Amino acid sequence: MATLEIHDLHVSVEADNGPQEILRGVNLTVKQGETHAIMGPNGSGKSTLAYSLAGHPKYTVTGGTVTLDGENVLEMSVDERARAGVFLAMQYPVEVPGVSVSNFLRTSATAIRGEAPKLRLWVKEVKAAMERLSIDPVFAERNVNEGFSGGEKKRHEILQLELLRPKIAVLDETDSGLDVDALRVVSDGVNRVRESGEVGTLLITHYTRILRYIKPDFVHVFAHGRIAESGGAELADKLENEGYEAYVKGGATS
Amino acid sequence: MAENTPAGSTTDGAIQVGGAPQPIDARVSAPASYDVADFPVPHGREEEWRFTPLERLRGLHDGTAEAKGGLRIDVDAPEGVTVETVDRQDPRLGRAGKPVDRVAAQAYSAFEKASVISVPKDTVLTEPVRIGVHGEGGVAFAHQVIELGAFAEALVVIDHTGDATLAANVEFVVGDGAKLTVVSVQDWDDEAVHVAQHTALVGRDASFKSVIVTFGGDLVRLQPRITYAGPGGEAELYGLYFTDDGQHQEHRLFVDHDAPHCRSNVVYKGALQGQGAHAVWIGDVLIRAAAEGTDTYELNRNLVLTDGARVDSVPNLEIETGEIVGAGHASATGRFDDEQLFYLMARGIPADEARRLVVRGFFAELVQQIGIPDVEERLLTKIEAELEASVG
Ligand SMILES: Nc1ncnc2c1ncn2[C@@H]1O[C@H](COP(=O)(O)OP(=O)(O)O)[C@@H](O)[C@H]1O
Ligand SMILES: [Mg+2]
Repeated sequence: MATLEIHDLHVSVEADNGPQEILRGVNLTVKQGETHAIMGPNGSGKSTLAYSLAGHPKYTVTGGTVTLDGENVLEMSVDERARAGVFLAMQYPVEVPGVSVSNFLRTSATAIRGEAPKLRLWVKEVKAAMERLSIDPVFAERNVNEGFSGGEKKRHEILQLELLRPKIAVLDETDSGLDVDALRVVSDGVNRVRESGEVGTLLITHYTRILRYIKPDFVHVFAHGRIAESGGAELADKLENEGYEAYVKGGATS
Repeated sequence: MAENTPAGSTTDGAIQVGGAPQPIDARVSAPASYDVADFPVPHGREEEWRFTPLERLRGLHDGTAEAKGGLRIDVDAPEGVTVETVDRQDPRLGRAGKPVDRVAAQAYSAFEKASVISVPKDTVLTEPVRIGVHGEGGVAFAHQVIELGAFAEALVVIDHTGDATLAANVEFVVGDGAKLTVVSVQDWDDEAVHVAQHTALVGRDASFKSVIVTFGGDLVRLQPRITYAGPGGEAELYGLYFTDDGQHQEHRLFVDHDAPHCRSNVVYKGALQGQGAHAVWIGDVLIRAAAEGTDTYELNRNLVLTDGARVDSVPNLEIETGEIVGAGHASATGRFDDEQLFYLMARGIPADEARRLVVRGFFAELVQQIGIPDVEERLLTKIEAELEASVG
């Protein structure tokens, strides 16, 4: 069973006045089949965690370990991490001019699966996945994320999630900026992948709204670059009622 | 595409309608002439020289370059085509237009023999005419004329290889109703310097298609120029360049709409990478008062793959009559940035493949537009090779 283990992770970014520590000792274990919600106020370091797991060059790991089934993830390049089974649905997906969605998806699936998917089956697979996410087929010929609306970008991220079938999926605020219909479509997509039982999900969100559609096994409150409290789904209800206030104040001096 | 402009690029440009302070044809330092003595030695601040590193021209611009080099020209022409080597006095030379700058005039004043390739009237070639221009080192001056009689059709492929310091004029005289496609590939060795004026005179209802492909050389500066001999002519000017470390590649186009109901369409795309890679694109289109019914569009796009590369892209459209069908231009320089690279890599795609994907995508549409299958194939292979060499 695939297991992602994050142990005492410290991460800095280069700011104007030198390196600034953002993650201050994150501990978390995500197993295949589990869904962990990470909730926290803006600026608490959620995206930093997501990007650090995917290996974004802007973030420097200054301490701690991340392993996937015992393999050192931090030593892997960005593409190696993806091929090892780590997937990041980005909060702000990037436009890639000149590269069509269909070309991108196929190149990516070929890289992740280790061989080019059989063309006929692949075409069907993509078509079906796009249909399930209510993505207009014309998007296949559009350039990656170019001119996509916020909601279209997020659906495109989940399309990749469905096609690439990672071991660990990190979803960074996939729910932000979505209206209720789009939220449902996206959540259904995530749930389909979860139902396979083969993915461990790290659902990063600012709001509890998405947890009505995607039921987490664990909820972690993120504040000041670390997990401040962990619990079950009931913790989300508490946050819904009380907000992040307690955590924001609590950590201000730490 | 992303319209973010990398540091050190310019994409100014202008559309001027009537009464421009400095008309396109007046922006040069001397009127066109066959005689090099009519042009002052450029110092580098002139409008037509301001982007070119003169010190890398090896004296082509100041009279110090002596024609001591070797240049081999092989012409492989299908039946029905006449290939001649002629003297300077041959009356068929110089008809498409005069040299417009000092180096072109230098070439015109200094070449010894010219090649004249003629496709007779009504002859439709099914095989291309292939011209191999191979530099064997040193300075050379060359002159070529490619002429199509009325209603003739031909594809001419000019391949530049080897090492040379070459100044050349190539003339295209396209007869009424004729169709000429010219592919000029600059596949020079790293040291080569190539400065050439390509002058086309497009006959009544004739079509001229030019495909300029520049990969190699230390300095390449080409000036495709179009004039129309009568109404109804059409010019399609395509260009593709891949500018690496230290290379200077300059394409200066001029379309002179002086006859009514003519069309022109210009699409140039370039990718740049490496320290000191410099691409210059100048697109001058002049619609004169007589050119009613003109339809023109020009586009230049650049993709900057790494830091340290520089693009200067300057479209200029000048319109002296309101009675036109359409006129437009666009220029954009985008960057393949770290975020795009990260996004593709985060989907399992290795860095070099990610870069290839983006570059191939960038050129794909243009390569298709060129519409000559065996050229398409070659271009794609060449682009792959360039990427291989630089990314690998
Ligand atoms: N490149 C950067 N330079 C400086 N500060 C940064 C950079 N990236 C993130 N930060 C800071 O790190 C903190 C956490 O940001 P982020 O991980 O995006 O938070 P979240 O996703 O929880 O809103 C914020 O205070 C943010 O300003
Ligand atoms: Mg965030």
